[in-house]
Amino acid sequence: MKEFDYVIADPVGVHARPAGLLVKKASEFKSEIIISNGEKSAEAKKLISLMGLGIRNGDKIHCRIEGEDEEDALLEMQNFFRENL
Amino acid sequence: MKTYTGNSVLKGIAIGNIYKYQKNNAKAERKAIIDIAGELDRFEDALEVAKGQLEILYREAVNHVGAEQAFIFDIHKMMLEDEDYLSCIRQSITQGINAEYAVQTAGKKFEELFASMDDEYMKARAVDMRDISDRVLSVLMGTAGDEITAKGPVIVIADDLTPSETVKMDKSKILAFVTIKGSLNSHTAILARSMNIPSLVNTSLLFEEISDGMLAVVDGFTGKLIVNPDEKVYAEMLQKQENWHLEEAEYKLLKGKENVTTGGKSIEIYANIGNVSDIDSVIESDAGGIGLFRSEFLYLGREDFPSEEEQYRCYKKVIDAMDGKKVIIRTLDIGADKKADYFQLESEENPALGYRAIRICLDKPEIFETQLRAIYRAAAGAKVGIMFPMIISIEEITRIKEIVTRVKEDLKREGYQIGEAELGIMVETPAAALMADELAKEVDFFSIGTNDLTQYTLAIDRQNPKLEKYCDTHHPAVLRLIRMITESAHKAGIWVGICGELAGDTDLTATFLDMGIDELSVSPSLVLRVRGAVRKI
Repeated sequence: MKEFDYVIADPVGVHARPAGLLVKKASEFKSEIIISNGEKSAEAKKLISLMGLGIRNGDKIHCRIEGEDEEDALLEMQNFFRENL
Repeated sequence: MKTYTGNSVLKGIAIGNIYKYQKNNAKAERKAIIDIAGELDRFEDALEVAKGQLEILYREAVNHVGAEQAFIFDIHKMMLEDEDYLSCIRQSITQGINAEYAVQTAGKKFEELFASMDDEYMKARAVDMRDISDRVLSVLMGTAGDEITAKGPVIVIADDLTPSETVKMDKSKILAFVTIKGSLNSHTAILARSMNIPSLVNTSLLFEEISDGMLAVVDGFTGKLIVNPDEKVYAEMLQKQENWHLEEAEYKLLKGKENVTTGGKSIEIYANIGNVSDIDSVIESDAGGIGLFRSEFLYLGREDFPSEEEQYRCYKKVIDAMDGKKVIIRTLDIGADKKADYFQLESEENPALGYRAIRICLDKPEIFETQLRAIYRAAAGAKVGIMFPMIISIEEITRIKEIVTRVKEDLKREGYQIGEAELGIMVETPAAALMADELAKEVDFFSIGTNDLTQYTLAIDRQNPKLEKYCDTHHPAVLRLIRMITESAHKAGIWVGICGELAGDTDLTATFLDMGIDELSVSPSLVLRVRGAVRKI
């Protein structure tokens, strides 16, 4: 299992568009990818529940990745957050 | 005559007849199903049709309103592929419920989920959930939404509008949108902006109180909807609309034109902004760049200091949006009337002359360095200037330069791409004005902050209404200082701009040109007005 924390720097947070991009990115991997914001968690491949996390600027999210391609997924998900959020 | 108030999306006046847009709210009835496999197939088929429609809508929207706004249909398609949503529907069908009712129930459930969120933007996404469910539902039931049937252009009044509804409306028939629900984040608002028509959202109106064909006025300047205006108001609004059209037409002609006098003298006209969201109005204004990007918004109205990453994002957004045009960022000018609790500033007897701006930054270099790091990173490959407020001495510039050098070295060592920013100072204290010849040798540009310069030179508090009659903004002392500053700058071979309110005062445009001012930075709404003034000289 791999995990990392990230503080959302994007001024508007995880809006529809970045959420859509995030789902697309996460869907490239076989691993299960779980994003948590405070007490709420969602699968990164599920758009609606991901948007339901209501992630805003300054929120510290936790990303947990588990599966056969977790190494690659970790790198790419970290990059995704840094570049887009 | 009756007047209603809403939130205005755009300035402007629309006068016309009301068209009430009513959804064909076909309600699905609950029915028991025996052939469950057949019903599931029926749902899957409808789902595919709905997704196909969204693909077409996406392509159409790209052509009509651009990729920026079209992306929502891509998101809708993804929502229709969402496992949680689909399994909710499939489960109901498996339990023997008809597809229509299953879709309607799931749609409501997810709509409520968004509506109950405490974030305004996410609340507005409830409409998207309703929209996708309605889409599948109308495929299942074989119904289609309403088209606008009115002959002429109308003011469309609706409870709320979904993206699917707004995109298929015949744009040539719409004078304005008025919605009872909806926020400035709603699709109606976004579409109204892209169509450049005055519109109101969140309007205090009962649908029953109005009817088709009633004469109405939408005043986007004041956020009012006036139904059945009396003769006097109607005449006033007609006049207001004409003035607005004249101004728009005049400004339209000025777009893309140079800021050059009849005698061939030219000047740069830039815009002042105080937030990332102001960037649209800057682009709309056709400004040559951003002459003053106030960075205080990043620090105000929050609990703690903004991170380097957050600042970097904001600067980068603005710099990218300006697409190669110059952006001048003013470092933190907090203190005096702008305060945030976490800075723990003590209250002062005389805040305008107190602990503020560069004084705080040099005193707490960690705050300053975070900001400079963010700016230098965002400046990579772009034309960026950094200017420092409230300067009174050479020593301050020397210290700033030391910090800048350190920040740049750190960033390079850490492997960041950084930009080469021009370094300038605000000339807004009489001390800086009088020392301008010395200071000019140390920096790349001057920007004259006339608001503070006037207040400090005349020793008049700008905020005291009793002093208004003494506060002559064209006071010869201030104008002499500006001339002096300009001459000193040019002698040292650097450029000089004005970014205070005086820059937008068209009574002085000729004077500034005569002095040789290189740049005027004004509020986005004044850019074309000042351009017009320059071209008449």
